[in-house]
Amino acid sequence: MSRVLLKDVRPYGVGDPVDVLVDGEVIAEIGPGLELGPAADVDEIVHAGGAVALPGFVDLHTHLREPGREDAETVETGSTAAALGGYTAVFAMANTDPVADNAVIVEHVWRRGREVGLVDVHPVGAVTVGLKGEKLAELGTMRRSAAEVRVFSDDGHCVHDPLIMRRALEYTKSFGGVVAQHAEEPRLTVGAQAHEGANAARLGLAGWPAPAEEAIVARDCLLAGHTGGTLHICHVSTEGTAEILRWWKSREADGRVSAEVTPHHLLLTDDRLETYDPVNKVNPPLRTDADVLALRRALADGTVDCVATDHAPHAAQDKDCEWSAAKPGMLGLQTALGIVVQTMVRTGLLDWRGVARVMSERPAEIAGLTGQGRPVAAGEPANLVLVDPDAEWTVRGAELASLGENSPFEGMRLPGRVVATLLRGKVTAHEGKVRR
Amino acid sequence: MRHLLSTEGLDAATATSVLDTADTLKQTLLGREVKKLPTLRGRTVVTLFYENSTRTRVSFEIAGKWMSADVINVSASSSSVNKGESLRDTALTLAAAGADCVIIRHPASGAAHRLAGWLDEVGTQVVNAGDGMHEHPTQALLDAATLRERLGELSGRRIAIVGDLLHSRVARSNVHLLRTLGAEVVLVAPPTLVPAGAQQWGAEVRHELDPELPKLDAVMMLRVQAERMHGGFFPSAREYSIAYGLNEARLGKLPEHAVVLHPGPMLRGMEIAPAVADSPRAAITQQVSNGVHVRMAVLYHLLAGEEITA
Ligand SMILES: [Zn+2]
Repeated sequence: MSRVLLKDVRPYGVGDPVDVLVDGEVIAEIGPGLELGPAADVDEIVHAGGAVALPGFVDLHTHLREPGREDAETVETGSTAAALGGYTAVFAMANTDPVADNAVIVEHVWRRGREVGLVDVHPVGAVTVGLKGEKLAELGTMRRSAAEVRVFSDDGHCVHDPLIMRRALEYTKSFGGVVAQHAEEPRLTVGAQAHEGANAARLGLAGWPAPAEEAIVARDCLLAGHTGGTLHICHVSTEGTAEILRWWKSREADGRVSAEVTPHHLLLTDDRLETYDPVNKVNPPLRTDADVLALRRALADGTVDCVATDHAPHAAQDKDCEWSAAKPGMLGLQTALGIVVQTMVRTGLLDWRGVARVMSERPAEIAGLTGQGRPVAAGEPANLVLVDPDAEWTVRGAELASLGENSPFEGMRLPGRVVATLLRGKVTAHEGKVRR
Repeated sequence: MRHLLSTEGLDAATATSVLDTADTLKQTLLGREVKKLPTLRGRTVVTLFYENSTRTRVSFEIAGKWMSADVINVSASSSSVNKGESLRDTALTLAAAGADCVIIRHPASGAAHRLAGWLDEVGTQVVNAGDGMHEHPTQALLDAATLRERLGELSGRRIAIVGDLLHSRVARSNVHLLRTLGAEVVLVAPPTLVPAGAQQWGAEVRHELDPELPKLDAVMMLRVQAERMHGGFFPSAREYSIAYGLNEARLGKLPEHAVVLHPGPMLRGMEIAPAVADSPRAAITQQVSNGVHVRMAVLYHLLAGEEITA
């Protein structure tokens, strides 16, 4: 069992710098000048220079592409990006090839995550067989598998049939499952290429109207209320969705409906369409200034529970093409913190405790993880991220750990650099390099 | 001009200069038996068509040949496109093979912009011959050339664009160019065929055609694609025709001097009555012949680089 001393950190960015002694997998002690005391005998000292210490981030929405598209990302490269981005747990979406709709595939992904060992990789199981929306997948079997799947999603597709959605919410109740919905009414988004609005109209791109998301969110809140199931709304993108969630949560305060927002929906707008560069193509699409501001407010006041990356790496040929042929999605794991600092911390909407809430505590609670999203305190598991709040860095897609380079933040200066990430007491990332 | 991708970015001076060149070329070739100028000898122009359009392709081909360029036609059905080659690879292959200019027609909005991005480094120029629902700039230029012939200056003229605005690249290109040239534009269509945000194009949006007619100097009818008629955009072809078809009664409500345009191919009887299409008020064949001169002018501006003198 190794002992690591973190010198000069500030838990949640508050107060004078202290030292944190990590003994084995837990935080043993927090206080000033620990190297003079019991910590004198340590295996490693990490000099953090006053960095903010937060619980390790938990991403409810990651695409790792394995199995099937290992040219775009693998469990190993995605885990590397996650550790460098400050994450200690990620949820790997089910829309792989073959689809993660059975115990064999989820166990494969889970086992690969364990072998790599940089973050906890929790496979998300498909809600329906083959993501087709027609027949429930073996949800209980996936739950009982070694991967212990708790979150189910057809992400990339909406579970649009209201009866299938109702059954999924009902059925997963028996084992505490969560149905994570990609809210997109398919009849309203046939051929959709971009947010339905002035920009898409001018550029001749078929529109993805906001009510296509909002209608499904409203419907699913009602179904969750009716069935007693647990619903999570993926990548909320419109002001209207935030309003529906606010209404629902004021009516039903039982916490069975939660929602996430992506970093890109907190920053970018459909003004980005101008160049037709598919690096900006994402689903749901980038929306308007009003949506961006509403989503920031909703995240700040808890209407939207957490940030999830929707990290979606793609091979070059799937992005370096015409807009309509390009696959939707953008990288997110290594830029999420910077975007959150820029849009939420520097704007005064969240303090560092708030960052811990939206990037770690709430996602861990939503997914039912007990060892993640815990306080930075003695006796707690040492899943930590240390952040230099003042350091800025320039995003270079080619330098990110993902196999894809499709970052819309290319060339952007971002605040908030990850100094180190610890997973159960082991340093997984330090000064921009991972440790296996 | 580096490329001709859209009329949105085209300033009035450049547009006018292209139209003036087209005029000059037309006068120069008038009555000549051999319609051939040596201007683009030795230059290679490729038409790369991912959608069938005999009318547009032939117009560009004739334009290139009358300027003595070598014109090579590549169509999706006969090329490696069907074998899954990407647009980017196809473009780079054409450039490597010596194309000076690629004229592209593609079902994806923005395809011409992407192509220009890839070809910028090697210096190959790009003309957008229609990209998805986005733009068709040479169509707008030939429409403007035709209107100038019939009406004189376009400044202060009031022009209606009628029909399927939502899916029409012709409409988008025309709105921008006509406004740049100083015309007032009114868009007329059922609400289902008006794109979100069209109100911001600087044109008035109306849903009834009849009240507009007496105020117009020109009417541009748009093609309603057959597949739209079953998409729930409007109840039936008959109802569309009753509300928006240009029939003889409506022609009678237009001022004497007003011109009727249609980019073709026409749905006679539905969008436009045969008697209207064939009337002297319609400039439809004039549009086609102007198409060649305008495309010659565009190739000239892109590839020859200096002003033409009469
Ligand atoms: Zn999704």
